[in-house]
Parts: sequence; C-alpha cells; structure tokens
Amino acid sequence: MFAYLVRRLALMFVTLFGISVIIFVLLRVVPGNIVDILFDAAGFVDPADKANLEKELGLSQPIIVQYFNWISGLLRGDLGYSYVSEKPALQEILPRIPITAKLAGLALLFSTSIGIPLGIISAVHQGTRLDYTLRVVSLSGLSLPSFWLGLLILMASVSMFGTMPIFNPNPKTWTEAFAIYAVPALAVGFRFAALTMRITRSSMLEILRQDYIRTARAKGASETSVNYHHALKNAMLPVITVIGIEAAFLIGGLIVTETVFNIPGIARFLVEALRWRDYPIVQNLVMFIAVVVVFTNFVVDLLYAAIDPRIRFGD
Amino acid sequence: MAVVNYDSELRRAGAHATHGWRRLGFLAQRYVLGTFGLIIMVLFVWTALSADFISRYDPLTVDSAHRLAPPSWAHWLGTDSFGRDVWARIIHGARISLAVGIGSTALGATLGVIVGLASGYLSGWVDLVFQRITDILQSLPLLVLALVMTAALGPSLHNVIIAIAIPLIPTVSRVIRANTLALREQPFVEAAKSIGMSETRIAIRHVLPNTLAPLIVLATAQLGSTILTEASLSFLGLGIPEPYPSWGRMLSESAAEYVRTAPWLVIFPGVAISLAVFGTNLFGDALRDILDPRQRG
Repeated sequence: MFAYLVRRLALMFVTLFGISVIIFVLLRVVPGNIVDILFDAAGFVDPADKANLEKELGLSQPIIVQYFNWISGLLRGDLGYSYVSEKPALQEILPRIPITAKLAGLALLFSTSIGIPLGIISAVHQGTRLDYTLRVVSLSGLSLPSFWLGLLILMASVSMFGTMPIFNPNPKTWTEAFAIYAVPALAVGFRFAALTMRITRSSMLEILRQDYIRTARAKGASETSVNYHHALKNAMLPVITVIGIEAAFLIGGLIVTETVFNIPGIARFLVEALRWRDYPIVQNLVMFIAVVVVFTNFVVDLLYAAIDPRIRFGD
Repeated sequence: MAVVNYDSELRRAGAHATHGWRRLGFLAQRYVLGTFGLIIMVLFVWTALSADFISRYDPLTVDSAHRLAPPSWAHWLGTDSFGRDVWARIIHGARISLAVGIGSTALGATLGVIVGLASGYLSGWVDLVFQRITDILQSLPLLVLALVMTAALGPSLHNVIIAIAIPLIPTVSRVIRANTLALREQPFVEAAKSIGMSETRIAIRHVLPNTLAPLIVLATAQLGSTILTEASLSFLGLGIPEPYPSWGRMLSESAAEYVRTAPWLVIFPGVAISLAVFGTNLFGDALRDILDPRQRG
C-alpha cells in the first residue's frame, strides 16, 4: 500500500510537470502578446516604449528563464501579477474559487440526486416504456449544450417574472440565493444528471446479470430485496468512480454557464484572461484546474479501495 | 403442453435476415431510435452538402433595412442584428459543424489509433512515454484544453479542428491499447509471428482490423461531443471567426441581450445544435448495441 502511494504521488507530480510545460509553451506560441494588444488598442507604436514594457513584464527574457521564474514563484506561493489589472494573480484568483466551488457542488448534488434514482428505476424496468422514455430523456440531456439551456432558462425567467437573475455576491434573501446559485447549477447539472443516469443504469444491469443475483432469486428473495439489497451496493462502485472523475470535468460546463449567467467565478475568468492574453492568470488557472483533476482522481482511487474490500493496492 | 413456434422465434431474432437490405430492414425495425438518429444524421449531412441550393438568401449578406425581423414568410426563421437570414445561416452553419465534427473526430481517432497500437503492441519505453502523455492530456477537461489550444493557434476552421482533435487522442488510444494488449496474446498473432511476418505488418494487418468495431463505436460517440465543443468554443468567441455562420457563434452574438427582444435568435441555432448532437447520440447508441454486444443493456 505504501509503495503504491509513493508511486502514485510521484506519477501525479510527473503529470503536473508535463501540464505546466505544455501550457507554458502553448501560451508562448500565441501570435501577439499583451504588449501587441495594448499597443494596437492605443493606435500608436513606439518601438522603445514597447521594448520597455516587454522588459518590465519579463517577456524579453529567454523562455526557459520565464518558465523557471514561474515555477519557482508557484512553489513559493507567488503567482505573479495580472497583466490587465496589475494586481497579484493570487488576489484575483482566490476570491473567485468559492463561487465556482459552490456552483459545482450544487450541480453535483442535483445531478446525483436525480441521476442515480432514475438510473436504478430505468435498469429495474429494463425494456419497458418507462425505461425507453428515461433513456431518450437522458440522451437528450447529453445533447443539449449547457449554454443554450442557460439561455432558455433566462428566457423563461424573463417571460415569467419579467426579469433575469443578476449575480450578487451577498444575496439578501433565500429566494435570491436560490436564483443566483441553484438556477445556473441546474443548467450545468442537467447534462451531468443524464450521464450519471446512464452509468447507473448500465452498471445496475451488469450486476443484475450476475450468478449471485440468480441465486438470491432462487432462494426466494423478493424483487425489492434483490434489487436494492443485493444489486445496488455492488452497482454503486463504478458509479462512484465515474462521478468522482467526471466531477472534476464539470468545469467545462461551468465555463459556458458562468458566461451566460454573468457569474464572476474562475471558469469565466479563464475565458476572459485568454481573450486578453493575460498569461499569469491563464497559466495559473489552468494549473489550478489540473491540480484539482489529478488530486480528485487520486482520492477516488483511494476511496475505491476503502469501499471495496476486494481491491488492495500494491499486490 | 406449450407449443413453441420455432419459425416465428427465429424470425424475431433476425435469423432470416442475414445480409443485404433484409438485414438493414431488420435492424431498422429492432433499433427504432437508432434509425431515427440515422435519419437526423442523413438530413444533417444532406443540409450541409446542399446548403447553397436550399437557402434563398446568402448567409453573409447584410441587409440593414430588415434588422432583427421576426420569423415571417420572407424570412422563415427571422433575421439577426445585421439583417442576415437566420435560416440561411443555420443551413450553412451545418457545414461548419459537420466539417469540425468529422474532421476532428477523424484526426483524433487516427492519431489515437497510432498511439494506442504503438503503445499496446511495442510496449516497453514507448508504452511508458505514451501513457504519461495520455495522462497529461487527460488531466485537463476537453473544453479547457481546446480553449487554450485555439487561443494559442489562433481562430480558424483548421485550428479549431486540431484543437478539438488533440484532446480526443487519449480516449481513443486507451481503448485501442487495451484491445491490442488482449489481441497480442491471441493464437493468430503467434501464428503470424511463426511464419515470419514483421511486427508492423502484424500490427496493421491483423491487430488493427480486430479493433475496428470498438473504434467505430467510440468515434460515433465522440462525434456528438466534438460538435458540442465547437459550439461552446464559438459561443465563447474563441472558435470559428466571423463572418462564418457557426451555430455556437450565432448564439454568442445573440446571447443575453436578445433573450428579451429577439427570442428567435436564441431558439433556432440551439435547436440545430441539439438536434444534430441528439441524432449522432441516438445512432451511436444503436451502433454500440449492434457492434459491441457485451455492452448491450
């Protein structure tokens, strides 16, 4: 177990190092840096001013030195300065994290509390009209772009209440907090609920085909007991893994949803920073996302071993 | 005593329809939803190919006299803020979605097959290196990686295809690698080796064809997600540049401000995206059931 943990942690660092290199190089091949954009916007170009600014921002140094500066700063907790706001990147990023985390948590809560029960119902009633309907609904959930769903929700809110939910960091009433967080979370969570439902269904069906289920039926166990006592526990294992891994990928849906609902979280911030070529923000945000994903995978792996006694690492 | 009518049972299981049109007819009857998906996909491709003939307006022509016109007989789906016909733009947008969908899926699948085959068949350090690269690519959500790549490469049709294809490589290569590892131990590979066939030839002639079924299933499943990713990229303003009529871009222009004033600009492009992706998903599901019976559920 210990050897496995060490190996796994080492691999995690290799992966994170690889991501840092890829992101850094990708951002440096971008045609036109912030200095070009600023000077284009100003409408005049004085080469001396431009060179000065590039030097000030550290863009004139060799790329390897720039990379080294970034990583050594990262390890010291110094993420550099945003080119656009000229504030420390950490100050820009930190306050946005709780907003996105709340949205992601709510979306996850919605999707699992809807997706898992529907998946079980669909599997238990396999081949019936109910199963068919649920499958079509879940497939349509996977087909709707979450930004469009968000726009439709805005449209419905305009036609019903005559207004749209506007983000407010300190909601005064419960209804306001609900409109601010729960509605966008629903837009992101819908797709994830569909995914959870499909995985739960197929995992449940797989288990229901096993010999021990037939044995349980043969010894006279009731349908309820077979489905919920014998099958469900084992069927949940792969579901938990997939939820854990996919949860980190909710960020994809959050990027567009935060944009639609104008929510100042980290997902929308990434898009804004990309448009502005604000390297310090982009590279640190992408690193942050990667750390979350890699760490979640690691925790899910350990959790899996904790839940399922058949799995032991390091053998 | 119950009488079993074997003939009708066999008919129900499709024993009479072994090949050709009869087989297709049987499958269409058995997989109604998949057939429905196929019809949507065929319509989608046909629309993309014949866009110039079925639209009455040019998708790029600006007509300031008819800005934001609601749907009418002259403009079936209304016009946008530049007076461009929405129907014409949606029809031409199908081309972009199709080009990006097929282009990036094909590119991602080809590269994924090469990486997966090399990784599974050569093993050793090649496998180790490819596995690490796959790990790295899989640690970033598809949209995040695609966003950074389009920002790096610059907005154009080609670059969007590349930016969406690269994140697909790990998904494909994982499946191909797992299959290759299993196939490598099969007696027919050993037989090929014993008659002196080269490793490359065995990999391409014997191992690859046996991984085609899962590859087709995977590629169809990815087609929908590539179309969605292109729409998201363009919606965020980092995908297909103006003036191309991309469905995602149409929604980004018309976003929140038109929700009140011009709902047709929000509804129709979204319907187009959802329908195209729904079609490929329905078809992909049926295809998986047909080609990969182990996953049937």
